[in-house]
Amino acid sequence: MTPVDPSISPAPSTHAVISARHLCKRFGELRAVDDVSFDIPAGRCFGFLGPNGAGKTTTLKMLMGLADFDAGELSVLGKALPDQARAIRARVGLVPQGDNLDPDFTVRENLFMYARFFGLARQRVAERVDWLLEFANLTHKADARVDQLSGGMQRRLTIVRALVNDPEIVILDEPTSGLDPQVRHVIWGRLAELRERGVTLVLTSHYMEEAERLCDELVVMDHGRILDQGTPAALIRRHVESDVVEIRGPVSDEVVETLSTMALRVERHGTAVYAYTREPAPILDFLGQPDGLTVIHRRAGLEDVFLHLTGRELRE
Amino acid sequence: MKRSIWQVPRARLAAFSVFARNFLVWRKLLGPAIVLNFGEPVIYLLGLGIGLGALVGDIGGLPYLVFLASGIVASSAMISVSFEGMYSVYTRMVPQKTFDAIMATPLDIDDIILGETVWAAFKGLLSAVSILIVAALLGAVPGGWMALWALPVVFLLGLAFAGPAIIMTAIADNYDFFNYYFVLVVTPMFMLSGVFFPIETLPEWMQTAVLVLPLTHAIELIRPLIVGEPVEQLFVHLAVLAGFAVVAYYLAVALVRRRLWD
Repeated sequence: MTPVDPSISPAPSTHAVISARHLCKRFGELRAVDDVSFDIPAGRCFGFLGPNGAGKTTTLKMLMGLADFDAGELSVLGKALPDQARAIRARVGLVPQGDNLDPDFTVRENLFMYARFFGLARQRVAERVDWLLEFANLTHKADARVDQLSGGMQRRLTIVRALVNDPEIVILDEPTSGLDPQVRHVIWGRLAELRERGVTLVLTSHYMEEAERLCDELVVMDHGRILDQGTPAALIRRHVESDVVEIRGPVSDEVVETLSTMALRVERHGTAVYAYTREPAPILDFLGQPDGLTVIHRRAGLEDVFLHLTGRELRE
Repeated sequence: MKRSIWQVPRARLAAFSVFARNFLVWRKLLGPAIVLNFGEPVIYLLGLGIGLGALVGDIGGLPYLVFLASGIVASSAMISVSFEGMYSVYTRMVPQKTFDAIMATPLDIDDIILGETVWAAFKGLLSAVSILIVAALLGAVPGGWMALWALPVVFLLGLAFAGPAIIMTAIADNYDFFNYYFVLVVTPMFMLSGVFFPIETLPEWMQTAVLVLPLTHAIELIRPLIVGEPVEQLFVHLAVLAGFAVVAYYLAVALVRRRLWD
């Protein structure tokens, strides 16, 4: 790894519940995970951001002992992987990217059955299952079959299924991908609640808003490497200017040239021009209210950091 | 750091929860299961045993219905186990991703495949029990209560056939792939292992060849137990079935690991 910033190498943390050092994994020629190190402190929400194929899901699978690594060291809850994977999985919950609920069972049966895989007998988890159904707003659907649930309900059930063993860490691979905004907000609220109860959350996401809201700390990954790491605010400060003026429509080359002298950075992508600056007022004055163009002024966010670090070309 | 797919499986008692999952689902769909378990053997035994039996007369010193019933007990267990180990296990492993869900719990592939193997053998046992009941009602179980000794053998036969079926599942890209196994493995055994006629009627080289087939050994055990005759070479037949069960379980675990491990 060639760090862009020496501060990337995480300082050893005494209360880290997950600690990774120089993890590497190849699929043939492809370096899926390439010298990745990080520490995840207890009780925090830690995010992995990156485009498709960045190595996020593979990294999460390693934490559960579900994917091998070729080199490096990885420990979860003080136990080394891959040798102690079973003991680790007993204390961790996983919300996979795609729901894999059991279609032959009702909502409640799904939870009881999953508890059984953890060696938890029905009587022991009966109260917990009731509480989980309530937590997921699924009490009224407890006896419905899984295929009678909407996508959002299935996702909520998958999330509470991962809580059936009262885990200390919950790993979520794109928890709200493909869901409508209402469901997404409910899930964010529940995840925040879990964090307040002291559960460590580890998630991947494509949604910058999700990462900005939920994550105390995050890493940006691409091509199997960690590009940078920090709090959302620190990442924004470090990589992009405070403000963005976005101009949509047919912007002439002269305008772009003038903007270049006023802004710290100007980029043209598709039919929009982005001017990054710390002093937006003069730029907005200069632009005025031009015909046929839409001018939007906003604070820079994680999305700008993400695009800055990982580039704008399509990942397919 | 790398796990080897060839490391010796270490399944635990926890595997029983996988069996329990399948049992609970099966219990929900009991109606169609019973129709299949009882309907088919009744048709086979009435159609072939009584219809064809009238033409054939005695075979190997037994009424044809008796001869056939003891063969069908074994073959239907084989077919039932093979269906379970292929179509049903594939459904749980691939489209339903049930195995992925279970692998996120403390259970390993070792446990999942053990649970599935025992479950498939149990399905074979259910099928054999229903045939035995039908056969007994038709008066085709001269061994009386001694015939119940056939059931542990059927269970062992089930274990021996579950592994190969799960091996096919581990390498299958889709359901159609299982046609190869049915046409090339299950059907030849069904026809040649002594279900419908004694293997002694085969040409000599074929008699030797069918000795590598597990169903032949299962029938050599099950038929005398149902008929009430002494079993010859008991331990040879048991050892062949147990050998198939152990080796196939090991290969099944290795190949499912190869498929599901990242």
